[in-house]
Amino acid sequence: MQTSASKIAIATLTLALLAGCSSSGPEQPAAPTESKTPVAPASPSGTPVAPPAVSGKTMTPEEALMASLKDPNSPLSKRIIYFDYDSYAIKDSYASLVSAHAKVLVANPKLKMLIQGNTDERGSREYNLALGQKRAEAVKRALMLLGVQEAQIESVSLGEEKPRMEGSDEAAYAENRRSEMLYSGEF
Amino acid sequence: MFKIFRLMATTLLLAATAAQAQLTVEITGAGANRIPVAIANFAGDGLLPQALTGVVRADLERSGLFKLVDPGTTPVPENAAIDLNQWKDRGADALALASILPAPGGRYEVRMRLYDIARQNKPDGMIFLFGAATVRETGHRIADFIHEKLTGERGVYSTRIAYVVKTGKSYELKVDDADGQNPRTALRSSEPIISPAWSPDGTRLAYVSFQAKKPIIYVHSLATGTQTVVANFKGSNSAPAWSPDGKRLAVVLTKDGSSQIYSINADGSGLTRVAGSTTIDTEPQFSPDGQHLYFTSDRGGSPQIYRVAATGGTAERVTFEGSYNVSPRLSPDGKMLAYVSRNGGRFQVTVMDLASRQIQILTDSSRDESPSFAPNSRTILYASEVGGRGVLSAVSSDGRVKQKLSGQAGGDVREPAWGPFNQP
Repeated sequence: MQTSASKIAIATLTLALLAGCSSSGPEQPAAPTESKTPVAPASPSGTPVAPPAVSGKTMTPEEALMASLKDPNSPLSKRIIYFDYDSYAIKDSYASLVSAHAKVLVANPKLKMLIQGNTDERGSREYNLALGQKRAEAVKRALMLLGVQEAQIESVSLGEEKPRMEGSDEAAYAENRRSEMLYSGEF
Repeated sequence: MFKIFRLMATTLLLAATAAQAQLTVEITGAGANRIPVAIANFAGDGLLPQALTGVVRADLERSGLFKLVDPGTTPVPENAAIDLNQWKDRGADALALASILPAPGGRYEVRMRLYDIARQNKPDGMIFLFGAATVRETGHRIADFIHEKLTGERGVYSTRIAYVVKTGKSYELKVDDADGQNPRTALRSSEPIISPAWSPDGTRLAYVSFQAKKPIIYVHSLATGTQTVVANFKGSNSAPAWSPDGKRLAVVLTKDGSSQIYSINADGSGLTRVAGSTTIDTEPQFSPDGQHLYFTSDRGGSPQIYRVAATGGTAERVTFEGSYNVSPRLSPDGKMLAYVSRNGGRFQVTVMDLASRQIQILTDSSRDESPSFAPNSRTILYASEVGGRGVLSAVSSDGRVKQKLSGQAGGDVREPAWGPFNQP
């Protein structure tokens, strides 16, 4: 394996911290210097997860971090926050998800995030674009309250243009009223 | 007197597309007092690659303002001696005769004479010189001429419309004749295109494209196909609306938080903020005199239409009925405001008479969006939905004449924008 131990350490450290706080209600302070040893993070089911690596190629810390963000066993792979009709209030149930992402952004100040707000298809496209912006903005503000720098985040709207589910019923509408979080390299 | 028009060959650099995506127009309602008009078969129509008579007839019939009287099948030359009483007996209030003759340079000349039988005016006439490639345009101009002579207002048959067709994951910005029979693709993208807006001189379209994974405002020159970024600020950039002089655009930016209205030069310079609030302000539209901006805002708790001086200042609420009034569009004559209102879960094109503030719901559909006035203020084009598919519909601003334009290509047709009179 050509990936250096220190690089793995950076990636897995973040994951370990997040795995630790993902299911807990109260926020835990990000402490990137807490551990100097690579820790294999536990997935929600408790199975150890191998540090991400790309064979035959040296991963930069950024690449390692990105790989970890996509790990389906990590809470960070959850990127969607759903909203009620005509609302841009983040429900309490998303507190731990938002705080998990805030921690990774705080711990990696060079990391950028694009938040895309979306709406269901009813009504004016342009008004929906503005409503989607409110949903993206709500997530951005929640992250900033947790210490994320504004320069790290861009909130944009896709309005009703990018539905996750096609259709004109309440199931589709609910699936489409959402904000999605994308990290550097994903947009 | 005869007027001579010369049709310039317009060199639109639009990707040529086959006729597969034409829209068919179905009239689902007609005016109460349609003018009966006879359009005799034009003499010499057989010289042309496409019959001119049919284009003129289809235009006039589609408007819902005219009733075509059967003229028989014999072509009647423009200068034929005719018995007007005979045409009156057939029920015609007006009669159009025309002759098509070869002209130098492989071109053609059409001479048309219009008899106003009902009012017994002296006949009007006109001559067009045109090439084989502009038969349809010539027909639209003849229809415009007849329309104006008989109704006193300008026809819109030779104007163009823009709209977006979504087919699968492909989006195409189309520029088409007002009858939907001549679609050309101005832009093709794998990302959404919304909010096309014609420059007042008809040479450019502003629109919002998501091709860079976020909404950015572009201005697209139809002659050259050049795409210029007008607004690409942090956040979303959307809802472009031209000032009447074509120099500036009202736009909506979110660079300072929520959606706010700014004004910017068409080249992207000279950004100034117009209205400020912490709530949603969007969908700005200039009044035809350029003095005001109408826009949608939820500052009062629900989306409603407001008006503010174009230079900024205190906004005044315009709509009060209902809890969802969006997408304001001013009629070019400045007398009416069209918008979309939600009524019991249905989204419908509604028009307000600005002098009396009286409102009228014009449609009986339920998914109306994006109203757009014809340049003569008589018709409103809008997006609707039939059987889960986006279609374009049109309704006269008095609600009497209704038309449906259906695409045959299976795509979703949406975001219509009717172009100005003076198109190149």
